[in-house]
Amino acid sequence: MELFRDTNFDFMGNKWPLIGLSLLLTAAGLVSLAVNGGPTYGIDFKGGTLLYVKFAEKPSEEAIRTALSRKIKGEVSVVAVQGTNELMIQTEIKGEQELQSTRQTIEDTLASVYSASADKLNFTGAPAQRLYDRINLPLQKGGVFIADEDLRKLVVEILKFRDKQKGGMLANFDELSAVPGMTPQVLNVIKQESYLGKYLVRNTEVVGPRVGNELRTKALLATLYALGGMLIYVGLRFEFVYGFAAVIAVFHDTIITIGLFSLFHKEISLTVVAALLTLVGYSMNDTIVVFDRIRENLQRGRKGDMTDIVNRSVNETLSRTIMTSSLTLLTAVALWLFGGQVLNGFAFALVVGITVGTYSSIFVASPILVFWQDFMKKRGDNSRAGGATPVVPAAKKLAAK
Amino acid sequence: MERSLWIKIGTIVAVTLICIYGIVGIPKNQKELVDNFEKNIKLGLDLKGGSQLVLQVQVQDAFKAEADQVIDRLKTEVKTAGIDYGSFDRNEPTTIETADKIEIAVKGVPSAKLGDFRKIVTERFPDWNLTSTSGTDFKLNIKTTSALELRKKTVASSIRTIESRIDGLGLAESSVQQRGAAETEPEILIQMPGVDDPARIKQILQTAALLELYEVQEGPFASRDQMMNQFNGILPMGTKPMRGMGTQESWFLLKRAPVITGRDLRDSRASQDSMNNSWVTSFVLSQDASRRFGAFTEANVNKRLAIVLDNQVRSAPTIQSKITDNGQITGAANQQEANDLALVLRAGSLPASVIYLEERTVGPSLGADSIREGLYSGLAGVVAVVLVMLVYYKKSGINATIALILNAVILIAMLAYFGATLTLPGIAGIVLTIGMAVDSNVLIFERIREELRSGKSVRAAIDAGFSRAFLTIIDTHVTAVVSSAFLFIFGTTNVKGFAVTLIIGLLANLFTAVFVSKVIFDWELSGNKKVTTLSI
Repeated sequence: MELFRDTNFDFMGNKWPLIGLSLLLTAAGLVSLAVNGGPTYGIDFKGGTLLYVKFAEKPSEEAIRTALSRKIKGEVSVVAVQGTNELMIQTEIKGEQELQSTRQTIEDTLASVYSASADKLNFTGAPAQRLYDRINLPLQKGGVFIADEDLRKLVVEILKFRDKQKGGMLANFDELSAVPGMTPQVLNVIKQESYLGKYLVRNTEVVGPRVGNELRTKALLATLYALGGMLIYVGLRFEFVYGFAAVIAVFHDTIITIGLFSLFHKEISLTVVAALLTLVGYSMNDTIVVFDRIRENLQRGRKGDMTDIVNRSVNETLSRTIMTSSLTLLTAVALWLFGGQVLNGFAFALVVGITVGTYSSIFVASPILVFWQDFMKKRGDNSRAGGATPVVPAAKKLAAK
Repeated sequence: MERSLWIKIGTIVAVTLICIYGIVGIPKNQKELVDNFEKNIKLGLDLKGGSQLVLQVQVQDAFKAEADQVIDRLKTEVKTAGIDYGSFDRNEPTTIETADKIEIAVKGVPSAKLGDFRKIVTERFPDWNLTSTSGTDFKLNIKTTSALELRKKTVASSIRTIESRIDGLGLAESSVQQRGAAETEPEILIQMPGVDDPARIKQILQTAALLELYEVQEGPFASRDQMMNQFNGILPMGTKPMRGMGTQESWFLLKRAPVITGRDLRDSRASQDSMNNSWVTSFVLSQDASRRFGAFTEANVNKRLAIVLDNQVRSAPTIQSKITDNGQITGAANQQEANDLALVLRAGSLPASVIYLEERTVGPSLGADSIREGLYSGLAGVVAVVLVMLVYYKKSGINATIALILNAVILIAMLAYFGATLTLPGIAGIVLTIGMAVDSNVLIFERIREELRSGKSVRAAIDAGFSRAFLTIIDTHVTAVVSSAFLFIFGTTNVKGFAVTLIIGLLANLFTAVFVSKVIFDWELSGNKKVTTLSI
């Protein structure tokens, strides 16, 4: 099968509407960033408390939000995670000393809203040692003979069953009958000594504001250094103007991706920055493939001006540009669809970035080369004060290499 | 078939076998296969569940303690030299940054003895600078090099103490390491994969565990004011006030110097009090300390002894008779608390208090979900890529698929051989590597198609395709590796895992897409001399 065989689209002739689209997208992103006062940073970058809490039944966001805002000063956000009974609870932290207290307040509030029992052990989320301590004595008193080593092993099996098979929460204690080695007596003691909590804190992140600030600077620097690295490498392998064009295209991709994050109110987390840096490297690939072909065509001394050569090169490489990008895009989409909550932002950045990156190597990087050649030609014409033959300066230089 | 081709095939088979061995070893049955896999591929705490903490050492505590010690020693030295001093005092730095600003103020040194005093300080306290503030007053400041040394020492000994506490808990896979420079950022990163009770561990790590036994001068008093009133506002020389533990306020006046400190302990265990079945932490003193303690208790029968933990009087029993080498600390709520206290006492005290800057805890059920989601998305991605390759490049798609699978195998094997930890971003890195790896195949195949179209023979087209695409592939790989390298330098642990997978994946890709794929084509062509068509 072959798509895009012998295509002959006039990319450079139709560049203006698409450059217009690029500018529009970039502007929309920048406006959105300006309106929202910069990107929405995730907890890694701004500091704060973040808890993912899973509930046995659909929780009331409103009730929890009200209960929390009564006890916590400042912003409290309670957001339902789509398609689950999970809530994401997030608060801001002003100072380093609030770090532990805020988190404790959230857990205490949850416990009071869901009236946790103080007398019995909460089986949901109970650590192995606690469960063992809790049932060991009653088992002995009840005359149930079980070797200490076996009991410890059983406790580990029970928790493995709870966490790996049941996602951390049981619907009722009788489900535990499926655990290998479980006996009715042990099950009875567990029922007697513990209760099934209605919620489970699955993930806690507490980050101080100072750590966040440092990381923000580091992320920005890493991105700039990576762009600088690209400029130097492509500049050395090709010519400076190629490096410049490629970096402008990648910068364009990054700005649009960050802009879209802002438009969709998505948070920039540490993994999103990882995705952005990966994109800096990956968007480069398509651009390099096109540039390679432009250079090859120039070296062969093909006729025509720069616009024709760029157009032909883009058409010749169109099939591979589209193929490589869509295959990588496929894996990014797979991560986006099936990768779960934690990878969502990361995968979204990749999907957007790969798409924009492919387009920008054709409609941003390549036109810059044409503009540059036109500019150099005009300057050459002016200095020679007369219509010289339209020789492409870069072509000469490269052919000599 | 040519001999060189056989050698190449042999190389590929050998690499594949070494990689598979690295991942699953030589399993005898299915259970061993799974076991070996789990042993070789270490999961990060975001997949396994666990806790990661960042502690900040409040180094100013160590500076204050050092200054207090210097004051005590100075007083003795000065007294021995027959200098009648006025007063010693120190300031109170409250932040890490201002710790070096510690200053000891000495007032009222007799003018006749100024020379002697200077001599004592410069000879006996070389870490401190002495400056005169007025005729008979001085200030002592810690020297810059000594301050640096003290900071480093404080962080290093905090790390040692925390390590031994974690070892005491039996958390085998944990790691404790310094983060940032000890001079400017006294931070400690603790990673504990598989931990299921982080709240308890946080408590254990934060306990200063400073145990001291004092002679009680007076007390208990119901409040600090009551105590001060009894002495008309001026406490007797050589004593210090200390709060008692418990909901009801109580105060004791203790002799300033402790009889026994935590350093004198030989061992410590939780045990049950025979009187009321409550849990206590009992301790045993070292030989030298028990001699001192024996003499002290013998001389002070019927007086009270204060057992002080972290600047709080735990209990103040009356000495009934001579005690030599053991004692107990009461007040534990349950067995675990008594056990934990015994553990921290055994591990030793922290030289300065610590606060938590960061905490990340992933529950085991979330980790299990993440593994599942990572696997599903990976499989979906691979299946989609393989299908497209087979449809688009027909039989050559099989070639690419083999290269792709080998790419993934090498990547996973390298992670196992390097002992790298697999994190969720790492899994994403593997999935993404597959998408990027196939790019090289596409570049080569498209080039081959182009060469075929220009009328070259199959063999020539393949050779030209590989050699022409090679430079482009190098270029694209270098840019990707460069940006991953910056990611590695910038990254926190999880992001580093992602960067490492990406870099290894790209390097392995050079081998699979360029070398392996070419060998497969060569092998296909080696049978018949005149191939006229290529399924591509």
